[in-house]
Amino acid sequence: MWVFLLTEILFFGGLFLVYTIYRTWYPLAFAAASHHLDIPLGSINTAVLIGSSLTMALAVRAAQLNSRKGIIVFLVFTMILGGVFLGIKGIEYSHKFSEHLVPGPNFQFAGAFVRPAQIFFSLYFVMTGLHALHMIIGIGLMIWMLLWAYDGTLGNGYYSPVEVVGLYWHFVDIVWIFLFPLLYLIGRHAVVH
Amino acid sequence: MAVELPPHHYLNDGFGIKSWLLTRDHKRIALLYLAAITVFFFIGGAFAVLIRLELATPAGDFVSDDTYNELFTMHGIVMVFFFLIPAIPAVLGNFLVPLQIGAKDLAFPKLNLLSWYIYIVGGLFTFYALITGGVDTGWTMYAPLSTKFSTTRIIPAALGIFITGFSSILTGLNFIVTIHRMRAPGMTWFKMPLFLWAIYATSLINILGTPVIAITVLLVAAERLLHFGFFDPSVGGDPVLFQHLFWFYSHPAVYIMVLPAMGVISELVAAFCRKPVFGYRFVAFSSLGIAVLGFLVWGHHIFVAGQSIYASLVFSLLSFLVAIPSAIKVFNWTATMYRGSVSWQTPMLYAIGFIGLFTIGGLTGLFLAAIGMDVHLTDTYFIIAHFHYIMVGGTIMGYLGGLHYWWPKISGRMYPEGLSKLSAGIIFIGFNLTFFPQFVLGYLGMPRRYHAYPPDFQVLNVLSSAGASILGVGYLLPMFYLAWSLRYGPAAGANPWGASGLEWETTSPPPTENFATTPIVTESPYNYPSPVVKHVA
Repeated sequence: MWVFLLTEILFFGGLFLVYTIYRTWYPLAFAAASHHLDIPLGSINTAVLIGSSLTMALAVRAAQLNSRKGIIVFLVFTMILGGVFLGIKGIEYSHKFSEHLVPGPNFQFAGAFVRPAQIFFSLYFVMTGLHALHMIIGIGLMIWMLLWAYDGTLGNGYYSPVEVVGLYWHFVDIVWIFLFPLLYLIGRHAVVH
Repeated sequence: MAVELPPHHYLNDGFGIKSWLLTRDHKRIALLYLAAITVFFFIGGAFAVLIRLELATPAGDFVSDDTYNELFTMHGIVMVFFFLIPAIPAVLGNFLVPLQIGAKDLAFPKLNLLSWYIYIVGGLFTFYALITGGVDTGWTMYAPLSTKFSTTRIIPAALGIFITGFSSILTGLNFIVTIHRMRAPGMTWFKMPLFLWAIYATSLINILGTPVIAITVLLVAAERLLHFGFFDPSVGGDPVLFQHLFWFYSHPAVYIMVLPAMGVISELVAAFCRKPVFGYRFVAFSSLGIAVLGFLVWGHHIFVAGQSIYASLVFSLLSFLVAIPSAIKVFNWTATMYRGSVSWQTPMLYAIGFIGLFTIGGLTGLFLAAIGMDVHLTDTYFIIAHFHYIMVGGTIMGYLGGLHYWWPKISGRMYPEGLSKLSAGIIFIGFNLTFFPQFVLGYLGMPRRYHAYPPDFQVLNVLSSAGASILGVGYLLPMFYLAWSLRYGPAAGANPWGASGLEWETTSPPPTENFATTPIVTESPYNYPSPVVKHVA
């Protein structure tokens, strides 16, 4: 699993590289565009996701302690928190649609940075979209783990599947921990003319 | 002395179609891959035939220019992503990694089967792109041609590449975990056959490089489908950034193709010269060296694309450095042959062919690493000839050599020796006749990717097309006699070559669980002239 996460790091690494280059080229445009992201919703989502990492870790612990009920309860909590995150993300996406901030022919952006702002929002949608896709996969894996916990396959003799799903979930969280400041926070203090 | 096949082996352990399509046996999965990549090889080969037919005359009279663009694009995509990259790791690697380390199977047998299905799904996407109109951008799919201007089936082809990428990643992951965790008692890292070092280095590139091409083709698809802007100059994006991302994977991918072939050659040279490989540790570490350096040279594809001259200087120097581990291998193979008792059987012919052709391909690579020379040669037939010497002269020679060497182990039977020597000769002659004239053509300035050319170039082009037809015969022959040998070949016995290595300690074909008892390794992998491996009950 660690080896697979290495692959994932390179996968997102390519995106972060593209982000870095364009941010260096168009710092003001990126700062202006990041003003259009919703900080309160992004912050809530950050808290939700960190909370879900906690419940995931507790689910792994429950598996090690051979508590079937614990595994199920904490997995369900993790899935709910993941669902909340995706729901809030969906609300944010719909705002972007109504504000014409989705790149393409209908893109509208007030100010001098129409063109590079389009790159910013392209990156925003691909990065957060791929992150959301990873979360959906993670929730799918948890459903599988729930079934295994339900029929008693998992326990202190055999808990590595939960541990692996946990590792994956923490990785997805960490990606968000990088995405949130890169997309939402840095550059906001810059004065935009 | 009549040799018989063993009564129970992996091939007669179940006969139904389900016993193959749902198998978890690495040996059967290797054969599934063998069947699939052979199909793709002949599809890709058919495109090459049409390309060479068109180029037999100077005028563009056989196919239209658009069709020609699609022909060389599909030839490239099919051959690179669906034949060369999976060929040796997925067929020979799958078959041999557990056998050579003395394990019963790979670490994740179900994942291994899943990789094959992912490969097939990716192949079907590409096949769909192919029959609904093809792709005309070249296999490199440079933006903005691929994202904005081309009207062909780029998205299914890109998805095919994306999906197949996961198959390489999972196979690479499986090999790495297997080699770390499942070696037999006594099989230390420096007692592993060099083929495994090469597979290990290849797997590292697979898991580190493939995700980058995955994200790159995904960005191309998003830009094309959703009109997002990443590489689009009209919103301030940079098309050269695409080239950087593309070659960050695709240059290391060259080493994904050739490193396993080098691993095969190390095995062949030792077995047919009856000598341990000269400088074992150097050869082992040179595989890792090539893997690491391979990630640092992508910029040499972009010398003329507006890259900073200082970056080009660094990339040029780093590209020259790759010659060092490559040359270590070539010198060590020849040093192994020196004073060895060389027997000229078919696999050895391929090995010698590989060493010669790879040396030509590698040295012409140095021409291209030199910036001034590269400016003259970029996008000419010189490039085409160079990388075909590496990929066809290197990888396919290694693949066929390995396939002939391990065929008795895979099938339990021998192929006709005379016919196989003949076809090895035909391939060597046909290959050189096809591609050597292209060096000259490129040096004289004939550009790649055109379907018509000035009449002055016709003689060399006709030579090349004639060579291609000879090469085609050379590739068809093994398909027929290897298939023939499956039924009619004489039984091979456990170790027909008298070679050392754990895979020769078990029966041919091996039983499903590979070894009756776990082998214990006490000797070096190239314990010639008399291999000794002890078994415990």
